Amino acid sequence: MVESVSKRYGRTLAVADLSFGVAKGEVLGFLGPNGAGKTTTMRVITGFMPPSEGRVLVGGLDIAESPLEVRRRIGYLPENPPLYPEMEVAAFLEFAARLRGVPKTGIRPAVERAIERCALGEAREHIIGKLSRGFRQRVGLAQALVHEPELLVLDEPTAGLDPKQIHETRKLIRTLAGERTVVLSTHILPEVAVTCDRVVIIAGGRLRAEDTPERLVARLGAAERGSGTWEIETAPPADAAEAALRAIPGVARVEAGPETAERTLVLQVEAAGDRTIATALARALLEAGCPLYGLRRGGASLEDVFLALTTEETEANGTGDVTDASGVPEEDA
Amino acid sequence: MRNALTIARREIGAALASPVAYVLFGAFAFLYGYFFADYLQSFVEAGMRMSQMGGFSGGTLNVNTDLLRWLMASTAILALFLLPLLSMRTVSEEIRSGTMELLLTAPITDGQIVIGKFLAAFALYAGMLALTGLHVGVLFWFSRPEIAPVLAAYLGLLLLGAGLLALGLFFSSLTRNQIVAGLLTFGALLVLWLVEFAGARGGEPGRLLAYLSVTGHMEGFARGVITTRDLVFYLSFAAFWLYLARESVRSRRWRG
Repeated sequence: MVESVSKRYGRTLAVADLSFGVAKGEVLGFLGPNGAGKTTTMRVITGFMPPSEGRVLVGGLDIAESPLEVRRRIGYLPENPPLYPEMEVAAFLEFAARLRGVPKTGIRPAVERAIERCALGEAREHIIGKLSRGFRQRVGLAQALVHEPELLVLDEPTAGLDPKQIHETRKLIRTLAGERTVVLSTHILPEVAVTCDRVVIIAGGRLRAEDTPERLVARLGAAERGSGTWEIETAPPADAAEAALRAIPGVARVEAGPETAERTLVLQVEAAGDRTIATALARALLEAGCPLYGLRRGGASLEDVFLALTTEETEANGTGDVTDASGVPEEDA
Repeated sequence: MRNALTIARREIGAALASPVAYVLFGAFAFLYGYFFADYLQSFVEAGMRMSQMGGFSGGTLNVNTDLLRWLMASTAILALFLLPLLSMRTVSEEIRSGTMELLLTAPITDGQIVIGKFLAAFALYAGMLALTGLHVGVLFWFSRPEIAPVLAAYLGLLLLGAGLLALGLFFSSLTRNQIVAGLLTFGALLVLWLVEFAGARGGEPGRLLAYLSVTGHMEGFARGVITTRDLVFYLSFAAFWLYLARESVRSRRWRG
């Protein structure tokens, strides 16, 4: 539960009057472009830094009033996993458990659970400094959940991983949901759709939207009713196809993508009217002597929602006096 | 306390896993060994000269006052030069590697972090001093020095080290660069050492400067004399810098 939190760095406003809540057992995606204030917000939630204004409640406890009790209930994975390179994996997790106040007799089982859950069995005796990026990220995740926290805060948990590792990490996060609450930040859009129950979009330190991924998409789709985007696969050259499509009444925009290796060209077409325009598109293309490999309607994706919301913001900021936080360094500790 | 010990244990483990501690121990053992051999040589020569004169000089030589005292005073100077190397990485390294974020979001207080780091550095220093037990033991093997002044001198060295390490810890908490931390510490200690000479000029300011000298308070201990004045100086000196270190760690939260 975050209540009208603001955070300033000197005179720069990094987070402005941000409020949102997370229900127990939910996975909340925290989405925003780089420099939007994601890391800052997470640092406030985890008690790393106090907010300039507002307050944060975790399980009904105010983090400013009982910081230690709240921190005990939180597991945090910062953007760069905080690991001691000279330690062995199991020894490090033992240290993390001890640090988080796991009682003496519970340390061993807690470490075993974390190792099993993050599939670290084969690496348990390895020196952290010699592990691959993917393993390090898993150790980071293991240290965040070794003490069975109620709230898990993950800052860009899949950054720097290869596709297979990303898939595994997302799966792991999904399995964690339900028993505990997860807040994760990301600037990768598909991640939100795959892993999160709800999305909070921020840009420039301000809340832009808060809803389920599906409903956000639906909302944007409704706003754009009466027009649609179409994806057409044809062969180069682009000029002939573009000219033919532009001639159709109702076509507002034609954009050619890069030519691929198999001599395929993808055109993005924005056209007014309902689906019947597809026939017109196809006919125009064939009559111009261009091949037609594919024709697909592109619905509004989360990406569109994201772009719409964050572009809106820059336009608003252009005239207003709102301080843009994009200059705030996110990583400097 | 348990939290501080958790931090301290990891810290000692890290130090023993890196070459830094061993290089430092080696350097200390070598330099101390040199001092020991040198002082012992002079002591033996003086003893031989005295016996040649057949007691006409009327003086006597004493292992406590003519050998151990100078040895202990020199150890203090060694500590002055070597301890910045021990304290410089304590907090800086955590800031640089990002593990500070782990400590600052753990359910422990800023004070416990500082105390844990301090205890670890102090334990390593005590281990370093333990090496000298070998040399001093040799003296006890071949002669009969008084034990009490020796123990007093060790107490003084421990207190001095506590002060120096606390100061180093503070400077280490200021920067993510451990070299900068080490240089700052060294510079500060140099100033606190040189005030002893400035203080020798006398007068009211001179007395104040002499009081601030970190090594000056070691002289009494080296002679085997424990005074409240020296005890209070070292304890408050350490407490002062530990307090500043805690405040510095706390301010890191605000600055992000």
